[in-house]
Amino acid sequence: MNMNDMISPTVKNIPPSGIRKYFDLLNEMKDAISLSVGEPDFVTPWNIREAGIYSLEKGQTHYSSNAGLIELRSEIARYMEYRFGLKYNPREEILVTVGASEAIDLALRSLIIPGDEVIIPEPSFVAYKGCALLAGAVPVVIELQAKDQFRLTPEALEKAITEKTKVVIIPFPNNPTGAIMTKKDIEGIVEVLKNKDIVVISDEIYAELTYEGEHVSIASYPEMKEKTLVINGFSKAYAMTGWRIGYACGHPCLIDNMKKIHQYAIMCAPTNAQHAAIEALRNSYDDVSMMVREYNRRRRLMVDGFRKAGLDCFEPLGAFYVFPCIASTGLSSDEFCEKLLMEEKVLVVPGTAFGNCGAGFVRATYASSVENIIEAMKRIKRFVDRHRGLHI
Amino acid sequence: MEEILEVLENNSRLNCEEIAVMLGKSVEEVKDAIKKLEDEGVIVGYNTLINWEKTDREMVTALIEVKVTPQRGEGFDKVADRIYRFPEVKACYLMSGGFDLTVIVEGKSLKEVASFVAEKLAPLESVLSTSTHFVLKRYKDDGVIFEKKEKDDREAIVL
Ligand SMILES: Cc1ncc(COP(=O)(O)O)c(C=O)c1O
Repeated sequence: MNMNDMISPTVKNIPPSGIRKYFDLLNEMKDAISLSVGEPDFVTPWNIREAGIYSLEKGQTHYSSNAGLIELRSEIARYMEYRFGLKYNPREEILVTVGASEAIDLALRSLIIPGDEVIIPEPSFVAYKGCALLAGAVPVVIELQAKDQFRLTPEALEKAITEKTKVVIIPFPNNPTGAIMTKKDIEGIVEVLKNKDIVVISDEIYAELTYEGEHVSIASYPEMKEKTLVINGFSKAYAMTGWRIGYACGHPCLIDNMKKIHQYAIMCAPTNAQHAAIEALRNSYDDVSMMVREYNRRRRLMVDGFRKAGLDCFEPLGAFYVFPCIASTGLSSDEFCEKLLMEEKVLVVPGTAFGNCGAGFVRATYASSVENIIEAMKRIKRFVDRHRGLHI
Repeated sequence: MEEILEVLENNSRLNCEEIAVMLGKSVEEVKDAIKKLEDEGVIVGYNTLINWEKTDREMVTALIEVKVTPQRGEGFDKVADRIYRFPEVKACYLMSGGFDLTVIVEGKSLKEVASFVAEKLAPLESVLSTSTHFVLKRYKDDGVIFEKKEKDDREAIVL
């Protein structure tokens, strides 16, 4: 038997990640600075870790209910209301998942009939397209533009919609661009979608990490509330990536169907981590604001660094990524990253990893120490100075 | 400009240009603000936190609980002043509760600290009693954990 012939073509045809090779190089390198990993460098605040430890001490080592501890769902409901003005019934409208990642997968699998179209603005998080393909959907990509500050425009959305459109993904604040959608931007999108039978999956995992103005959820528009699934989680705001806790809030029918897949594939999110997440929602607000202030300072430092290196860099107002344009060096995104790593030992990720329209850009994360950022920016400037003109 | 303090408290080696970028202010604004904070005695120094246990230098630290009689018109401040002027005294706090002053003293040896207490501190007129506790190990100082490994051991992941 040839195992390769046994693998489903849908899975086989998913291309391997373009960034793996850099990680292999990176691992062999001493004093390299990695600005490549999309997660906080902060360790989970101690009170949250301590709550996790305490829960183990108490012997809370069993399954929780499939949808998640009701105590946690109630805290999530409280949080969604006071933070974003969104009301959800914790018993029917909230599902605790293994990270936002699982919620994205469950939502698409629950909604997609093979052949349905899913609109995905790119550049964006790599999982949307992968999960859409696995669910049998046809991904329809909207190429976001630097000139629009990588925001989704009503015109572009309108153009992408067909009779087959089942789902639109709204990925803001955005990984990898750091773009956000203002209230006004969201209103434009609401106008396009409010009278259409299209489900919105709004990935708001970076909602806490915005640096100018408050995050606006598309679900906060009454016309949109029912048809929007809001996805959020603890990974980014609370520096809890390894705990694997996220959640989805939305229509009880959608949540209920997602829960069916969840209960067969996962059973429940880790109980221990759920107890820690309760503590996060109850008592970690100051830690979150401290981290947000720190990210904001690093953000300014990094944007300034890229601009001083002579690269065009639009101002990212959310998440923890900077997405400078490197076209002026005459290098492709891939070449830029590879040469930068080999010559200056700094790793950033090619924009193309997040969609073809990321060509000419790279993603650097400022979830790294101030010292690292200052040193990395020095190296990048040296690198750009050396290459500029060499390849054009 | 509260935020300048937050930045400097964590890293006093950043220069004004870097701080200005980080806070989205001009270099002039940052310079002025820091000068003002220094003048007002909000910023009182720029120290380096050192874990002396990792060096060859012999050093012992003691925390001394001191009971004193406050002096008329001067309260505790006058006595405290007599005490904290000794260079051996690294810190001195007025306390509520069972004793009056906490005095933190550093010396090269147990003997040195003991003789400081016996010869300098205890004989002061207004000092009623002292109780000396030696520090055996320093886990955390000024918010910094000493034995923490600072290595970034995050594994690469595709996202
Ligand atoms: C936009 C976006 N959504 C979701 C996730 C996944 O988060 P989680 O750790 O909750 O699965 C990430 C992680 O990088 C992300 O960038």
